[in-house]
Amino acid sequence: MRDPAPSLPVPRRLAPRRLAILLPAWAWLALFVAAPALVLLGIALGHYDTGVPPFQPPFGPGGAWQGTFANFATIATDPFYRDSFLRSLLVAFVTASLCLLIGYPMALAIARAPEARRTPLLLAVLLPFWTGFLIRVGAWIGLLRDEGWLNGVLRVLGVIEAPLPLLYSGLAMYVGMVHAYLPFAVLPLYATLARRDPALEEAAADLGARPAVVFLTVTLPLSAPGVAAAFLLVFIPAAGEFVIPDLLGPPEAQLVGRVLWGEFFQNRDWPLAAALAVVLLVVLILPIRLFQRLEAEQR
Amino acid sequence: MLRAEGVAKRFGATMALDGLDLEIAPGEFFALLGGSGSGKTTLLRLIAGFETPDAGRLLLEGRDLVPLPPHARPVTMMFQSYALFPHLTVSDNVAYGLRRAGVPREERRRRVAEALALVRLEGFGHRRPHQLSGGQRQRVALARSLVVRPRLLLLDEPLGALDASLREATGFELRALQRATGAAFVMVTHDQAEAMALADRIGVLERGRLVQVGPPMEVYERPATRFVAGFLGGANLLSGVVRPDGGVDCAEVGCVLRAAVPVTAHPAGAAVTLALRPERIRMQAEGAQPPEETNAARGTVAEVAFRGELSTALVRFDGGATLRVSCPSAEGAPERGAQVTLTWPAEALTVLAD
Repeated sequence: MRDPAPSLPVPRRLAPRRLAILLPAWAWLALFVAAPALVLLGIALGHYDTGVPPFQPPFGPGGAWQGTFANFATIATDPFYRDSFLRSLLVAFVTASLCLLIGYPMALAIARAPEARRTPLLLAVLLPFWTGFLIRVGAWIGLLRDEGWLNGVLRVLGVIEAPLPLLYSGLAMYVGMVHAYLPFAVLPLYATLARRDPALEEAAADLGARPAVVFLTVTLPLSAPGVAAAFLLVFIPAAGEFVIPDLLGPPEAQLVGRVLWGEFFQNRDWPLAAALAVVLLVVLILPIRLFQRLEAEQR
Repeated sequence: MLRAEGVAKRFGATMALDGLDLEIAPGEFFALLGGSGSGKTTLLRLIAGFETPDAGRLLLEGRDLVPLPPHARPVTMMFQSYALFPHLTVSDNVAYGLRRAGVPREERRRRVAEALALVRLEGFGHRRPHQLSGGQRQRVALARSLVVRPRLLLLDEPLGALDASLREATGFELRALQRATGAAFVMVTHDQAEAMALADRIGVLERGRLVQVGPPMEVYERPATRFVAGFLGGANLLSGVVRPDGGVDCAEVGCVLRAAVPVTAHPAGAAVTLALRPERIRMQAEGAQPPEETNAARGTVAEVAFRGELSTALVRFDGGATLRVSCPSAEGAPERGAQVTLTWPAEALTVLAD
């Protein structure tokens, strides 16, 4: 149970001005989040059909139930779908962990840099966003393919004779994923680390802690909320990612995003695709709720 | 035990410390007194190792501290913000330094309990810092610094974050702790009353230089410069011209000032400034027989402020000077506008160096 903040008086009725401010946001959420989610759930409970649209809605004429839970049952029992889920969660977990390992030192270095240099460094972190996402993935293909830059340079230097199979591998996939998602890890980590009290680190050093011990006993534990936020901000979109694994990853890496895409556009099985989307949504909401719980407990 | 030799530190264009020399004796309670920007905190941070001096040496019992990183110095610091670790309990905060020193668990537990008992916080070990009051946090910070038995403890404005009502009591406790542990304490403060009440010796810092060092009484009674006289207790500053007989003609007050020692360091005709403490002046109503004193002057009471035990009166002179006079409230403060005679002994006057 989260207890409500006792200091804030909760108004019985919303003041008109507050309502006017919140209304657009609520309308937006209702129209573009809640309503599509309901439509999605409706399709997921429907039967596959050949026609336009290619499904039967779960409620027939007069509101009679004609839906099915078979699509969810298929996802839970068919190893093809189940494994794609597990594989996606694993890829998302590894990506988020790598982003933390690389992003934490970056964020700490920026937070410790002189004030005047922090903004340029943060802009440098965001620099990749100035190019299109697909162009960046395409650039990795150019670097990693058999006749690409990396193999070319290694061959010219005489390090290798035959090209290394770099592209379409797990390595290439993770390189692309980390490259795309790193800023999402650096920014929340920086926000937490920039607020840290340097006196705490000095106090630890003063009491005999070496720099590495100061980091492990003071800096790292106090940045835990930032670490959790960074992990989730990478994990959640990475779990549904299908462009990068599709373009850079190995052919056998059938991730849930890719499977969903296939069901929808290739098999035209809308109900199964919708059911996959609903399950993905539910699976990703769990860690978000957990994170909110932890944050509320810390306060 | 601690010796600073020609220590200098510059931040950009500002000279924080300008060739400072200082010697702290073992077991001494030393107060560094100065306004903001005087370099007092910089000196503390240099001793703790958070800053590196641009020039000079810092010796602790003959060993040069400068090449040692903060964690290797046998010196601890109590921070102005206390810097308690918010994610650790009170016990774990106090145990932090012992853990780093590799003290075995049993001894650690015993010494943490001892340190908490020393600052009267038994039974608070399981709490988190945010569950404590300001005074309790201050005592946890003290316990955390003292438990590692430093030979030198640095305190940055130790009473600064406390309510006025807590300050005096906490000051006495600090003094008692210092005697009990035998460690040398170096305290930084901008509060002259705090410095005088606690310290064995005071060093007054002005723009990165120590302008005067000595026991509180001496610094208070015999300020070396105009700055020290003004900073400690708001002395009256009287300017005048030296007479051939060693007295000083003071046109502002309209009398000849006679100090205990005739002014001979300055030639006749030179301009000098003298300090006169408000509480050394006696005030007599017009008509009453003034006591026989070397110095006497007549003026008019311009303002009277009641301050509890003492009252402060501003007495204006025809020559243009206004003197602050403190008198016990019990003796009955004069009315505003009353003509009074002020008298003070020769020893109350101190000639200032600048």
